[in-house]
Amino acid sequence: MIDLVNESKFNRRDLALGDSPKAKSDWPFKLVVRGISVLFALVIILFVWSIIHQSLPTWKSQGLGFLTNTSWAPGLNQFGAAPLILGTLITAFIALLIAVPIGLGTALVITFLLPARIRTVMTSLVELLAAIPSVVYGLWGLIVLVPLFSNTIEPALQSWTGGIGIFSGATQGLGLLLAGIVLAVMVLPTIVAISRDVIAAVPSELIEGGLSLGATRSQVLTKVVLPAAKTGILGAISLGAGRALGETIAVAMVIGSSPEMPHSLFSVGATLASIIATQFIDASAPQLAALGACALILMVFTASVNAVARSLVRRTATVGA
Amino acid sequence: MTDLLQLPPDPIYDRRRTIQSMASASMGRRKMRNQVFTGLIVSCLVIALIPLFFVILAIIEKGIAAISWGFISKTPVQPTIFDQNNIGGVGNAIVGTLIIVGLAALIAVPVGIIVSIYLAESDNKVANLFRAAIEILTGLPSILLGVFAYSYIVLKTHTYSGWAGSFALAVLMIPVITKASENAIRSVPATLTEAGLSLGARSSTVVRKVVVPAAAPGIITGVLLALARAIGETAPILLVIGASLNYEVNPLNPMPALPTTIYNYAGSAYASQRTAAWGVAFILVVLVLILSLGSRFIAARMRRERH
Repeated sequence: MIDLVNESKFNRRDLALGDSPKAKSDWPFKLVVRGISVLFALVIILFVWSIIHQSLPTWKSQGLGFLTNTSWAPGLNQFGAAPLILGTLITAFIALLIAVPIGLGTALVITFLLPARIRTVMTSLVELLAAIPSVVYGLWGLIVLVPLFSNTIEPALQSWTGGIGIFSGATQGLGLLLAGIVLAVMVLPTIVAISRDVIAAVPSELIEGGLSLGATRSQVLTKVVLPAAKTGILGAISLGAGRALGETIAVAMVIGSSPEMPHSLFSVGATLASIIATQFIDASAPQLAALGACALILMVFTASVNAVARSLVRRTATVGA
Repeated sequence: MTDLLQLPPDPIYDRRRTIQSMASASMGRRKMRNQVFTGLIVSCLVIALIPLFFVILAIIEKGIAAISWGFISKTPVQPTIFDQNNIGGVGNAIVGTLIIVGLAALIAVPVGIIVSIYLAESDNKVANLFRAAIEILTGLPSILLGVFAYSYIVLKTHTYSGWAGSFALAVLMIPVITKASENAIRSVPATLTEAGLSLGARSSTVVRKVVVPAAAPGIITGVLLALARAIGETAPILLVIGASLNYEVNPLNPMPALPTTIYNYAGSAYASQRTAAWGVAFILVVLVLILSLGSRFIAARMRRERH
């Protein structure tokens, strides 16, 4: 009888690693499963440590001044991250400014307006957008968009705005604006996919309630659906932001790779990620340390943005369920 | 009759009339707003698809023009001003990518599945922390893995190598595989495992012979997705694999790869190399599409079998 009681407590979770009746004869299996898992956990720790370790000389010599120092000149042994942090934030901001409204609109159309069959096609197309490798977007940006921007779009923007402030300077195609726009294309699928999921999780009672009160579709979408999905949409935006902050190759190819303080949208620049890609090989020892410090800042940025995003998305998922 | 007329006015009736008249007055405005809004979000969808259309168009139009048998079999030649169109091919980069990604899969598939077995069977604090760490790892920029592989492999072995790239890609692939495989293992019906145990099988036997085979379609989907992502990744391998102009099959040596070839050719001064970059992009996108369509196909078949 006592055995039966114990059996009833037997749990699927205990299957591989817990005290199953034949646990003793299972030790090699348990050892392999636990051993490999511990090994991978160690690799993750080693990964974080390697970045910290590589950046240490920079923190020792400059301290937090590294974050505000405005000159990045390897030839003069000057390494300041301010232009890179600014470049990262500006390009990510441009990307979100474009991708968030377009992504939300797309998610609403896909969820509420399209018949089922077309919906699947559109969803696959948006996923295809995500499947294209970053370097191919970089190639497209460099060869197709650079001439278009330097000859047509940027001069047009300048003549509309009078070419002052953020629209001043030479129009060379390469630069922050183009990088931001290429990034917008790349983060769009993330924003569409996640916000579509959270919009679809809005209880249909709410939507039907709105419609039954005589609200039009646009009223229901803007006054019922979007507010109800607010938290999840914020999560989708943060996930997009995480991608935009960390995207490397495509940005490195179209931003002009010149770490100077930006003075307009048309300035060439660099981001924390792109500078690692363009300067890492052939770097001197202090430069490697400074690039390591850039990597560490990038890691902290993206890890915290992602952690926030995931908790936001998860919160809606549990509320919706 | 007169009594009825002399009743005080019904406030609810009045309010309803007011609301009705307001509603009908605003009907036109609301309809128009609705149409404008619908037009606006539909144009969002159109705008979202425009870049996709142009990227695919460029890849097909410029890519196919670059591809020939020599392009996919020969090794690259550095063009000169006098012989600008002689660029050779990218055969060695195709082989390099297959070896680097294959080796990465050789590490990532077993490790990913084993870690997912651990995660699927444990729900304690340590496991949750581990799962959260793996999830955060997925969101980190892949270039950081290049920096990692550089400081632990390239610096220690004093040479760029294909295997350093494989290592970085493996760390990138493991979280993708682990997540898909954990979900697949968790959705294996408990009755299956219980039946196995009741037959007297060891729990390790049940996991190997019952749980993992039952979860196989989900695991394979994850593996293919991870491969699709790894094969197109440039950032992690750019810092560590080096380059070679010859066919290189020893992963301990520097190796060429397709994504880094695009990166290097895209900014070339020679039009012939820029065209070649489109050819490589075409090959790469076809490979990625085969892998992601394959994973989709298996996932769809799995769903059909479930129901």
